[in-house]
Amino acid sequence: MTAKLSNAQIAWRAAQDIPDGAYVNLGIGFPEMVAKFKPDGREVIYHTENGVLDFGEAPPAGEEDWDLINAGKKAVTLNPGASFFHHADSFAMVRGGHLDVAILGAYEVAQTGDLANWSTGPKSVPAVGGAMDLVHGAKRVCVITDHVTKDGRPKLVDKCALPLTGVGCVTTVYTSLAVVDIVNARFVLREKLPSISLEDLQAVTGAELVADKVGDLIVPEV
Amino acid sequence: MNKIQTDIDEAVAGIEDGMSVMIGGFGGSGAPIELIDALIDRYKRTGSPGNLAIINNNAGNGAVGIAAMIYAGMVAKVVCSFPRSTDSRAFTERYLAGEIELELVPQGTLAERIRAGGSGIPAFYTPTSYGTQLAEGKPVAEFDGRHYVQERWLKADVAIIKAEIADAKGNLTYNKAARNFAPLMAMAAETTIVQASRIVDPGGIDPEHVVTPGIFVDAIVEVAEPAQEEALLRAGAQS
Repeated sequence: MTAKLSNAQIAWRAAQDIPDGAYVNLGIGFPEMVAKFKPDGREVIYHTENGVLDFGEAPPAGEEDWDLINAGKKAVTLNPGASFFHHADSFAMVRGGHLDVAILGAYEVAQTGDLANWSTGPKSVPAVGGAMDLVHGAKRVCVITDHVTKDGRPKLVDKCALPLTGVGCVTTVYTSLAVVDIVNARFVLREKLPSISLEDLQAVTGAELVADKVGDLIVPEV
Repeated sequence: MNKIQTDIDEAVAGIEDGMSVMIGGFGGSGAPIELIDALIDRYKRTGSPGNLAIINNNAGNGAVGIAAMIYAGMVAKVVCSFPRSTDSRAFTERYLAGEIELELVPQGTLAERIRAGGSGIPAFYTPTSYGTQLAEGKPVAEFDGRHYVQERWLKADVAIIKAEIADAKGNLTYNKAARNFAPLMAMAAETTIVQASRIVDPGGIDPEHVVTPGIFVDAIVEVAEPAQEEALLRAGAQS
């Protein structure tokens, strides 16, 4: 088995590409980890669907205000300059093109930029939350994910098999093995771990990787 | 003008069997627990109001609030974006048993449908859900080279919401992120009933700070030190 990045390292890599001054929405769960790795000296303003801009870290245990939560229903704090707004304004920020970056998890990403991340099929209770809104509007829609599923199947695919969250919406995928941009409905390999060959990476990727100019994916232990 | 009512049971007395009820809140933040409890109490005493259609972001957590309404058997339908929570057994069991209907709506579409309902806009186009299962059967149109899905307004017979400060004319402020859907629901319901932590004289809220103008509000009851749903759950509340 080839070495691969941990979830924290994937989050670290994604955080390096968030520009100074960006308005960012981090999806609930794994993507929330990206905030931990914001490079020093950059200012990032986080948006949450339930109506807060510029929230900060979780408060110490026992000091939670449960009227001040994020979309994952976790208690948060406010940075100076934070604001509150109702849900329609919150999603105007999302769909209206005002967010710079959204970072989401994925079950599958297709080379066309289609994303499947909300439903694993008809057997469970369906729940979509804000995922279908978030994939439209942010200038960059990024996905962080393991490169393959738990049983080794590619998560970067030719065509999604699972129910779609959005069509043609993903900009960049940060995986445990590579950084892949989606350009003109193709996977363009931007970086890969130096320890994996292009052939081996292609073998665990479900569509062709365009590999004209590939950098090394180098991430510190975090 | 005085929209203040002193009796919470009287404030919700107009909510009848089969009505659609918008309930403010996102998870526990903004959930009007005392108004919900007044409805549950009446249902347990009289068998009414039952067969309700509930509109909220979620479908209840634990055994308080909306989950308690579901356990009591008052809820026939839920319109929401995310019917999962740390303990969504109340909804899940009845949904899987076919006893409760679910209309799943993306969160931003839910918010905009409610705003449209309160704004006299019968339909609108959104990029959200285009090309997905949730757009099936809905009209699609292309504007400036992109595809959009037509969504319809959402109104309700009643909204019950939680505010922080109210005055007798119905002007409202909220507490932090507890605002969420409440200002939209107040616009979209035929009758809006508010529980406020504090009631002040008209003029006691700076007009610059009014979040929901009183025209959208019909009745206010003061509930000082209201229960907070998440705090109740963490304290181990049972229905």
